[in-house]
Amino acid sequence: MSVNIKLEFLGGLDVIFNSERYHKVTVPSTNASTPLILRDLIKYIVDNMIKDPKDIEVFIENDTIRPGILTLINDTDWELEGEEEYVLESGDVISFTSTLHGG
Amino acid sequence: MTITTPSPYGQSQAETKPKLSQLCEHCHSRKAQIKRPKNLQKICKECFYEVFETEIHNTITNANLFHPGEKVAVGASGGKDSTVLAYIMKLLNERYNYGLEIVLLSIDEGIIGYRDDSLATVKRNQVQYDLPLEIVSYRDLYDWTMDEIVACAGIRNSCTYCGVFRRQALDRGAMKLGISHVVTGHNADDMAETVLMNLLRGDVARLEKSTAIMTESKGSPVKRSKPFKYSYQKEIVLYAHYKKLDYFSTECSYAPEAFRGTARELMKNLEAIRPSCILDIIHSGENLVLKPKKQRTQFRKNAKAGSKVPTEMEVRSDGSVSLTSAGFVDGNTCEKCGYLSSNKICKACMLLEGLEANRAKLRLEGDQSFVGAAKLTRTLENLSF
Repeated sequence: MSVNIKLEFLGGLDVIFNSERYHKVTVPSTNASTPLILRDLIKYIVDNMIKDPKDIEVFIENDTIRPGILTLINDTDWELEGEEEYVLESGDVISFTSTLHGG
Repeated sequence: MTITTPSPYGQSQAETKPKLSQLCEHCHSRKAQIKRPKNLQKICKECFYEVFETEIHNTITNANLFHPGEKVAVGASGGKDSTVLAYIMKLLNERYNYGLEIVLLSIDEGIIGYRDDSLATVKRNQVQYDLPLEIVSYRDLYDWTMDEIVACAGIRNSCTYCGVFRRQALDRGAMKLGISHVVTGHNADDMAETVLMNLLRGDVARLEKSTAIMTESKGSPVKRSKPFKYSYQKEIVLYAHYKKLDYFSTECSYAPEAFRGTARELMKNLEAIRPSCILDIIHSGENLVLKPKKQRTQFRKNAKAGSKVPTEMEVRSDGSVSLTSAGFVDGNTCEKCGYLSSNKICKACMLLEGLEANRAKLRLEGDQSFVGAAKLTRTLENLSF
């Protein structure tokens, strides 16, 4: 079953997403028997949303979200939600905020 | 901690476990939303606000940063740290009756496409927080904008110029306002990063000074302090996010400082494995005290002979002239501009001298080619055929 997700790219991350901070996406299901998890969403973002391959390393390091990017699932720290194993639900708001920019 | 509850749907629905959220470890009543990097405590939004604000208040009172009636300038760039700092300073000042008079102080380096946008954020903050704002520009102080400097000296050294000039500019802006205390938004991550950099460079003189919460010098009437010294970047960003504070986040259009960038990356990777390492690095820096330097004995002989030690001057490779053979003298001022300096002529005056020598003697009337030089360079870089 596919899920509808709202994505937010903040703290300057929007530059690698056509300078758009807010996106609505539908992540298609890969396998009917297993629910979609956050790891699937990350793969979806990398495969479909980052236009320039050079920008992937801004977002991903060692196959996960790059350290220094804050990931929130419905305003809750993803560390409390199981990180990449979090089971996506339609209507979820996932935000990625870069903390690496100058203050 | 994992809580397992029997699924009400039986075996067939085993994969779709009901989502359980944990309760705040502080109030035990609301849903935990944050895992604090400091101590891995899981807390809710409301408790996070309280803990975050109170810790900064404690940092301020433990270090006796302010006294009642003091005028304080908040170095405001429009970025996340200084925006949160301005908000928190106003909040704590009112909550705990510090009795401070707070002013926002911004520096306009003259970088089209970057600083003009972030200054717009500061101007909005001025209205949102109802605080007076003063902007001092490189153009007024030095007769150069960063765009012009880069057009003249190249993009490679941009951070050197910008850093040296900004330090002075903040002091001069504060003096103009009759303020002798500037607070900046440097956070725990920044400080740990600086400790690491000084360690990696073997810069022991700076290493010892780099963890001070307040820096004062005899030669300068303006002191600096860092109320966010123990605040994690992650928490500052979260605070700004939850409070929906209006901040600006775009990388400066000129090249970032390569060495600092690498040190930052190293630290972010360390933090991912062991979040407390940031405070641990600061702690190490704080407790590092150097043995006082031994006086060189070979000069003593001259002194014994009755004649005065000839005043030695060291001329370094970059052209700077040291004060004495003894090295650093606190409170020395530049012969040219009177600003605090550890050399005869301060770094800013030296850089300016070099720039003036290279300034175009003639300029085409109405020439605007240098405006937004960085933006242009970026655009050119991204062109492909």
